[in-house]
Amino acid sequence: MSTLLPHKFGPYGGQYVPETLMPALIELEEAFVSAKQDEQFQCEFDRLMASYVGRPTPLTHAKRLSEKLGGAQIYLKREDFAHTGAHKINNALGQALLAKRMGKRRILAETGAGQHGVASATAAALLGLECVVYMGEVDIARQEPNVFRMKLLGAEVRPVSSGTRTLKDAINEAIRDWVTNVRETHYLLGSALGPHPYPTIVREFQSVIGREAREQMLMEVGRLPDVVIACVGGGSNAIGIFSGFINDEHVELIGVEAGGSGIVSGKHAARFGDPSKGRVGVIHGTRTYVLQDEDGQIAETHSISAGLDYAAVGPEHAMLRDLERAFYTSATDEEALDAFSLLCKTEGIIPALESSHAIAEVIKRAPTMKKDQIILVNLSGRGDKDLNTVIRELNGE
Amino acid sequence: MNRIENAFKNKPIFMPYFPLGFPDLETSIDVIEALAKNGADLIEVGLSFSDPLADGPVIQKATQVALEKGITVKKSLEAVKELRKRGVNIPLILMGYYNPMLAYGLEKFVFDALDAGVDGFIVPDLPMEESEEFRAALSGAASEVEAPLIQMLAPTTPDNRMELIARNAKGFIYFVSVTGVTGERKSISDGLEDLIARVRKHTSIPVCVGFGIGLPEQARSVGMVADGVIVGSACVRAIGEGANPVVTAKEFARNFQEALKMKIWNDR
Repeated sequence: MSTLLPHKFGPYGGQYVPETLMPALIELEEAFVSAKQDEQFQCEFDRLMASYVGRPTPLTHAKRLSEKLGGAQIYLKREDFAHTGAHKINNALGQALLAKRMGKRRILAETGAGQHGVASATAAALLGLECVVYMGEVDIARQEPNVFRMKLLGAEVRPVSSGTRTLKDAINEAIRDWVTNVRETHYLLGSALGPHPYPTIVREFQSVIGREAREQMLMEVGRLPDVVIACVGGGSNAIGIFSGFINDEHVELIGVEAGGSGIVSGKHAARFGDPSKGRVGVIHGTRTYVLQDEDGQIAETHSISAGLDYAAVGPEHAMLRDLERAFYTSATDEEALDAFSLLCKTEGIIPALESSHAIAEVIKRAPTMKKDQIILVNLSGRGDKDLNTVIRELNGE
Repeated sequence: MNRIENAFKNKPIFMPYFPLGFPDLETSIDVIEALAKNGADLIEVGLSFSDPLADGPVIQKATQVALEKGITVKKSLEAVKELRKRGVNIPLILMGYYNPMLAYGLEKFVFDALDAGVDGFIVPDLPMEESEEFRAALSGAASEVEAPLIQMLAPTTPDNRMELIARNAKGFIYFVSVTGVTGERKSISDGLEDLIARVRKHTSIPVCVGFGIGLPEQARSVGMVADGVIVGSACVRAIGEGANPVVTAKEFARNFQEALKMKIWNDR
């Protein structure tokens, strides 16, 4: 059977799911295609983005950081300003509207850092939907404030104790729940991952970041950036900002994966960065680069930031990398922490540890660039949720 | 006549699932041999995967144990070879997720599996849309009738899709009886007879039912309308809990075989 929208990104993507879910994916694709053509749906989405999320989010010239690094001018796309503190709300609200349109009254979400869980719980509260969030026990421990937030917002948080007890296991449990309750439930997947049509839907709802950023660069700075940098876990904030510049061939796109304790340590989440473990495979319904052992078992990952701690990368990123339209690198836990501190002190902005990986790449790259060149960074979220982790790390625990 | 066709001569058939490597490799081979020689008509031999998203807690735990004990695809295929050496002559269908097969090398996997004595494949995360690559690998090594990629149908599958899948299916149809993951249920869905009748409109190959069946009585009632009854979690749980896995496997297979083959005169 053919799909309405392209279901692959080159050789990546696809729909590797049990038969029980195929009809739900087909229904979701149909709902998405019809919603996109429906002016009323688009108006409702735009209205909520403006009046509820607070869009457009600002563009900030990080003058002191730029001076300190002594090279390129650095601009921050401030997704940390979005309601709930990260870009995740863009997609959560979009998909929650889709769920309503499909007549589904229950939404399911997985969460790593808790940002997508909070965003989903928020969207569910706003639209009057029931919300269940699956979260690994390890992540629950390191993201406690977000767990409390989700509960306040009326969501049920279900701890996941199977496997590595992190994001990948939360996704397994969410999919199992979805298989069981598929008729009345929408699975609100939080990243540009999973089976078609999710990577496309998530990119479309996150593309607002790139559209705004491009317009702001032209209006406020008068030119496009030379480089766009974003962190890449599943890759939703990155694909969101990249999509705005994908046709501007001279704009370099850089994704930053979690280097954890360093690539050679083996404790990381650098799918592209470690050819010994990062190979093309299938996980959670999609074909992409996956960290795995020789026997095809999914590898354990490590990152200081829960939001980047995942074994697979969104399939569109795999394609962009093959096409050499985007380039991917990594930053270690330590580099991310240094970047976190530097941004706090030079700009008065506490970034999420995820976004700090993107700042870490800026620290490496800006000094090598000229003063009239421009780096645009997607500051995908705020760091309040990470304070416990950072305090522990800075105290050397 | 190949092994699968042969197995369906005396319907309904009993099809237990058991993962290789649980509770350890040697015991799992003995268990599968015991199932085969005490009434199983076809066995789904499980390959383990770290992220079995279609499985409930019982099979999750068992395959996790198998992985911790060091099971690999290669060792699993060698175990199949060993089963054939021991005179196990019923069809053995490999059931496993896609990624370990890709990591092994798909063509090599199919070739080595058939060489080891495997009769077919069930890949739960490979729906019709994505099965072309697997079929191509298969066609290089055997005909689809000799070694089918078993297609699954679910209660959520709409009519037009069911027709498309059923028409092209080979071997037998795996009908998932409940919307959900593997695991025992108190009752099997009521509309099963109608659902199976819908499938039969489009194909003449056997239709087997799995997911949720845990008791011989349930198997018997499903066997009234289906050509085969698949029992996974209950089998894994009973054998895992049994003091002597091989003895438990024998009893388990005999109980289900009896319940199924008595179906005609026990029909109320």
